[in-house]
Amino acid sequence: MNINLTLIIQMIVFVLLVGFVMRWVWPNILRAVDERTRKIALGLAAAEKGQQDLAQAEQRSDAVLREARERAHQIVEQAQRRANEMIEHARSSASAEGQRLLTAAQQQIELEAAQARDSLRKDVAQLAIDTASKLLEREIDARAHADLIDKLAARI
Amino acid sequence: MVPSAAEAPSPTEYIVHHITYLTNEAPRGVVDFSVVNYDSVFFSILLAVAFGGFFYVAARRATAGVPGRFQGFVEWVVEWVDSQVKDAFSGKSRLIAPLALTIFCWVLLFNLMDLIPIDLLPDAARGTGLGHLRDVPSTDLNVVFGLSLTVFALVLYYGVKMKGLGGFVGEFALNPFKSRNVVLQALYVPVNLIMEVPSFLARPVSLALRLYGNIYAGEMVFALLALLTLSRGFAALASPTGWLFIVVQAALGVIWSLFDAFIALLQAFIFMILTIIYLSQACEHH
Repeated sequence: MNINLTLIIQMIVFVLLVGFVMRWVWPNILRAVDERTRKIALGLAAAEKGQQDLAQAEQRSDAVLREARERAHQIVEQAQRRANEMIEHARSSASAEGQRLLTAAQQQIELEAAQARDSLRKDVAQLAIDTASKLLEREIDARAHADLIDKLAARI
Repeated sequence: MVPSAAEAPSPTEYIVHHITYLTNEAPRGVVDFSVVNYDSVFFSILLAVAFGGFFYVAARRATAGVPGRFQGFVEWVVEWVDSQVKDAFSGKSRLIAPLALTIFCWVLLFNLMDLIPIDLLPDAARGTGLGHLRDVPSTDLNVVFGLSLTVFALVLYYGVKMKGLGGFVGEFALNPFKSRNVVLQALYVPVNLIMEVPSFLARPVSLALRLYGNIYAGEMVFALLALLTLSRGFAALASPTGWLFIVVQAALGVIWSLFDAFIALLQAFIFMILTIIYLSQACEHH
């Protein structure tokens, strides 16, 4: 139990060892640790940015989708309106055509009825004249009595 | 330790043999710088190489990529020491953190040498012709004072460097008693010096002796446990009482080893923390 040269040797070894650790060990390990810390921070930041980008892209796609849906809706509505218009148009033109045909037919009928009535009237008049001339046994001058026949035909 | 009961040393002989260093010559007096403790120097350098080599390999292989277990362990130790330094020391210094790491690891290795079975290395040394061997460097006063005096020298150096010689001395002269009155202050100065200088000078002594005392005591307990079966030798294997002693010694040895491992860690930690605190005080202005 005494103090001897070991003390001096121990101090020298200690100083050398600390110098060695200071020069060759400590900075390298700490640099690796710091570098990794930096990398992890970068990675986390990148991940966060990626998530933000994803959220933005989702929002954008949502907007696009919504717009497309609206467009489709509009188009369908337009088509329906147009179809309704066309049906309406067809219906109205058909009814107008029907009306026209009906009117024409009625006019035709009236015309023919008038003609028939006319010819019937003339026939009746002729018959009346024939009957009358047979009754009178004499020829009635048709031309001379045309005026009378016409008046008669108009009365019938 | 010894083959038969007949050749067994007395307990005193055993313990004295155990605490004798392997030296170049017998020391004359308490201080004798012609003497070298070969065993302490050998184990101190061996453990320095072990620590330095282990960490050097780790530092060489250190990458910023995914760390393996080896690198993870070394980084864990380094970061732990770094956080201890940052907690206690506000300034910047390239020296203090590596110094703290070296002290912690080296002293821990010194102390853990205590857990090697107490007679294993001395008996192996005897086989190669060496009469004595002490394998726990921190039970050598030269080793612990070598550490604490180096730390003390650094404290002096940093104190003078950071505060100037006047500021450094002034801290002893003007604390703890101070006054605005110049006359009163002049009276306080000697009192302050008498109080502060011894407490400052006691630091390296207490730093060294705290470590030394704890580990030396731990080693002594192992030596005393070894005395349980010392006088019986292999004859103990022949009797139930002998077996009882063997079992008791083994059980106590295990319990004490666990406790001693804790002491080893604790003392290495205390030595490191006190070094950091002393150096940070030397660097800080009050």
